[in-house]
Order: sequence, then structure tokens, then C-alpha cells
Amino acid sequence: MLKHEAQAPPAPAARPANRRQISDRTLSQLFIWPTLILLIIINIFPLFYSLFLSFTNYSAIANRPPEWIGFTNFDRLLNSSDIWGYFSLTGRYALISVGLQTVIGFGLALLLRKKFRGSGIVTTLILIPMMLSPVVVGLFWKLMFNPAYGIFNYLVGFTNPVTAPDWLASPSLALWAIIIVDVWMWSPFVMLLCLSGLSAIPDYLYEAAAIDRASAWFQFRRITLPQVAPLLLIAVLFRTIEAFKAFDLVMGLTGGGPGNATQMISVEIYSQAFLGQFRTGRASALAYIVLVIIIAVSNVYIRTLNKVREG
Amino acid sequence: MAVQPAPHPAVNYSTRVDEISPRARTLNGVRAVIVLLIALVMLIPVAWMTLTAFKSRPDAVAVPPKVLFEPTLEGFVSLLTSRRQLTTQQIEEYSQRTDLNWADLIALSRGQAITGPSNYPQRLANSLIIAGVSTIFSVALGLLSAYSFSRFNIPGAGDLLFFILSTRMLPPVVVTIPVFLMYRAIGIYDTHLGMIILYTVFNLSFSVWLLKGFLDEIPREYEEAAMVDGYTRLQAFVKIVLPQSLTGIAATTVFCLIFAWNEYAFALMLTADRARTAPPSIPSVLGTGGIEWAAIAAGSLGFLIPVVIVTFALRKYLLRGVTFGAIRQ
Repeated sequence: MLKHEAQAPPAPAARPANRRQISDRTLSQLFIWPTLILLIIINIFPLFYSLFLSFTNYSAIANRPPEWIGFTNFDRLLNSSDIWGYFSLTGRYALISVGLQTVIGFGLALLLRKKFRGSGIVTTLILIPMMLSPVVVGLFWKLMFNPAYGIFNYLVGFTNPVTAPDWLASPSLALWAIIIVDVWMWSPFVMLLCLSGLSAIPDYLYEAAAIDRASAWFQFRRITLPQVAPLLLIAVLFRTIEAFKAFDLVMGLTGGGPGNATQMISVEIYSQAFLGQFRTGRASALAYIVLVIIIAVSNVYIRTLNKVREG
Repeated sequence: MAVQPAPHPAVNYSTRVDEISPRARTLNGVRAVIVLLIALVMLIPVAWMTLTAFKSRPDAVAVPPKVLFEPTLEGFVSLLTSRRQLTTQQIEEYSQRTDLNWADLIALSRGQAITGPSNYPQRLANSLIIAGVSTIFSVALGLLSAYSFSRFNIPGAGDLLFFILSTRMLPPVVVTIPVFLMYRAIGIYDTHLGMIILYTVFNLSFSVWLLKGFLDEIPREYEEAAMVDGYTRLQAFVKIVLPQSLTGIAATTVFCLIFAWNEYAFALMLTADRARTAPPSIPSVLGTGGIEWAAIAAGSLGFLIPVVIVTFALRKYLLRGVTFGAIRQ
């Protein structure tokens, strides 16, 4: 709009400006459509196709076309106590793991908030776990958790290999082992988001509080926390979605074992779809249930987030 | 999400009375020490991985774990070669030979002969091609879309943007099954092309959001002035906007690269051999009779180093980029 006014004689300018408008639109179409087409092919088509498959008894290795079986898959899944067990396991894992990451990540951000010599390097070093491939992380921690020659037990004080806990073989400890690794790997991510939130808090707020002789706790509760809350919630949202999708790390560490002790829901979908009987239809149905849950959870988060922003 | 100006780069010359007292200074020192300790503890696994990569097979599983040991390249040899077990007689024959290089000698010390390279170098090359090309595509396409969203009046822009982001919320397994069937039907299952398309799309959502945040911060007056001077929109984009958005491009590149480089689930389910990348292969580096931890550690270490180098080189962009541009408060 500005550029119309910028051209001095209005009459001759009308045509080029007009042409530029059209070319702008064409350009924006040209710029946007490749992205949208790719997203539609790779995301939207599969989404609908797997919705269709979830109502069939299709198996990817069987030589027969999908056969419509109505709600049978959903019926079986929702009435299976195993599946509910996997869901509650995944939920418990997400809750504990994301909770710990939030506390540790936020704490680290508070500590790193004021710069000291070398703090930039230290921050980047803390980020290294995040750069590793989750499956490699899982695999390597398997070595560290080994009761005989793993270093983890020695580090936490169990120096006798005979009495030391076998983290990955014990049904009660295996989940905690995965939580430990996940917290180690992703606390830095929460820290990074919190750091950028903290660095944006204007200094004068604290100065005003200091003049009023407000306690450190009061400053934290009334200034730091509300100001950093939006970014903290985004970090929690991303981590929660990821925790519900937990797959790589679990596959690397336990593969769902011992028994079914760490059979997260994603691992279950994978085993249904790609192992044993290749139950593609049922795996799709399960995937859909997970998707609905993730969308519901994200919506709750996003609403909270918007409330925090506005309030 | 409203776009607000970037925070001022941390200003640390505080004049606050409560921060220059001796007590505050001591506390500051204590804080630095605590942070350093935490960082060291967090790096123990990475350090352990580095040590393990240079251990011999018995050292890797020694009880109690060995911190001091004689370094060897055994792990790397196991990772990069395929070998066969020799009989006692063959070992003697081999020992006589003079045409053995250092790798052969290492293998021989374990009673093995190298028969050729393993498939790991090939997988690493696959990783490089797939991660590299898909990152370029997702940043390029993301930049174009982000520019459109940032500068033009697109009907339903908010909804479109949310749609683009929501594609990231799907668990990989939801997408994999249909993509697997689709790829198999059109014959791009287990190909570089298939994986490049997939990773490009998965990074696109992220790249559009991130880059839009950066582009929103570039004042549009620059381009408008250029266009008044006779540039076309496209010229203005290439000559004015592109150079200004290099920070954003760098940050986006790091994130896309880390994701594509480390991705496991899709690679596991959508590749078999030809296009298999390194992450699903590292777990399968198993030796005869037991896991070759040194080889696994060597593979993981070699795999981590490129990302660390890129991240360190671009670290200031990374720290800035993680706020997703638009969400900066």
C-alpha cells in the first residue's frame, strides 16, 4: 500500500502497481504450494488412509485387499486390559519424566542465567546429550546400566556387582532407567527454552522489587515465574508430546522388556504393525487412539498457555 | 502469536546495589562452581562413550569398569570391517605374512582376518546424503513459504500455519504405515529419494515456523524501498531479504540437520538395506558371542562428532533459534 503512494504520478503508476499486485499473488502461491503439496501427500493422505485401515483387518504382508470389519479393531483394543496397561505406563512415564525435566531444566536455567566467564561454552556443553541420536543413547546407556561392568551402579554407589541392582532386567526399575536417561537427555532442552525466557525479563522489574525490599522468594514467585511461564509451558508441551511418542530410546534400552514392563504405546504399535502377524489394521486403530489423546492433551496445554499469556 | 522485538542481548553491567555486595559476589562464584559440577556430571556418559570407543573387547566389559586402560583402535576396526574367525593353523600362517596393515594386525590379535569393509561406511554415506539433501530442501522450501506467510496477505494464514505445525504432532507410527504402503506401491520404499522426501516434509513444519519468526523481524521497509528503486519482488527477496535472514537460516539448518541425522523410527521401518541410515544400523553391530561395545561406542562417537562440530560452529544461532522466533517474549 505504501508503494502506491510512493509513486508520484498516480495515473501511469496504476498499471505497474496493478501488475505487481498480481505477480505478488502468483509469487506467494508459487512459494507456498510446494510446501503444502508435500505436506498433503506425506501427512494428510496417510492420515486418512490409516483412518480407513483402522476399520479393516489389513495386514501389510498378506496378499489380500483390506476387508472392512467396522469397529472390531477399536472394540478389541479398548477392551484389552494390556492396552490400558500400556497407556497408563506411557502416561506415568510422561508425567514423571517431563516433571523431572522441567524442574532440572528450569533449575539449570536459573543457575546459568547470569553470565560468568565461560558460561557460553558450559551452556553448549550441557546441550550435547540433546544432540545424540536417541537410539544410540538408549543403546549406550544399556552398557552403563549393566550390573556387572556398567559404570552407572558404581557412580551411584553400588560398588558390589553381586548386590547391585540390575536396572534393565528388573520390571520395577526398568521404567526408572528409561526415565533417568530421558531426563538426562532432554533437561537441556527445557533449560534452553527457559534461558531464553529468562533473558527477556526486563531488569527494572527486579530493581523495583529490590527497592521495595521484596524477598528473593517473592521476586521469584511474582516476577520470574510468571514471566518465564509461557516458554516453560511450550517446553513442557513439546516434551509431553514427545514423551507420548517415546520410541527410539525405549527400543535402544529395553525394547519394551523385561516382559512387558516398558512396553510404551509406540512400541506396542510398532510390534503390532511390523512384528509377528503384521496387524496393520489394528496398529492403525491404536495409532489413531494415541493421536486423539495427543491432540486432546496438546489442546489443554495450548489453552493453559493462552490463559497464562493473556493473564 | 504476536511478534515482539528481540530481547536486548543480555546486559550484565548491573548497577543494582544488591548485586555488587561482597556476599553477592561470593554467591556468584558458588553458582559458577555448581553449574560446572552439574555440566561435568552430565558429560560423564559422553566421556564414557569416548573412552569405550578406544577400549579392547575385554577392557570394555571389565569388572569393575576400567577408567585407565591401554587404548586401541579395535572398536573402529570391528565397526568398519567384516571379519572371519581363523583356525589356529591359519593364525600361524597369517602371522608369517608381511603384507598386513595395522587394521589386519588388530584383527589378527583377536584371531580374525579382515574379509572386506562392513556395511557401516555405506550406511554413514546414506545418512550424509539423506540428512544433507533433506535439510537443504526443507530449509529452502520453508524459507519460501515463510516469506509468503510473513509478507503477503494469505487468506486463512493462521489456520494454515497451525495445520503445518500440527503435522509434527503425529506419532511417527501413525504416518509410517500408510507411507510404507504408499512407498511400496510406487516403488520408492528403501530408496534415498523416499527418505529425503519424508525427512524434508517432517522438517518443513518446523522450518516454516522458525523462519517465519526470523523473517517477521526484518523490517519490510527495506524491500519496499528496493522495489521503489525498481527491483522486482523476487529481486528484492534475493538481494535484500536473503542476506538479512542468514541467522535464521543457520539456526533452522542446525535443527533440521540434528533431526534428520538422528532420526530412527522412520529409517527403521521404511528402509531395509540400500537406503538404511546409520542410526538403525548402530544397534546391529553385533559381534560373534556378545555385543561389541567398543564398536558401538566407536560408531556412536563418530556419529556424534559432525553434529557437535556444526552445533558449536553455529551455537549462537542455536541459542537464539530455539525460541522459535515468533514466540520470543
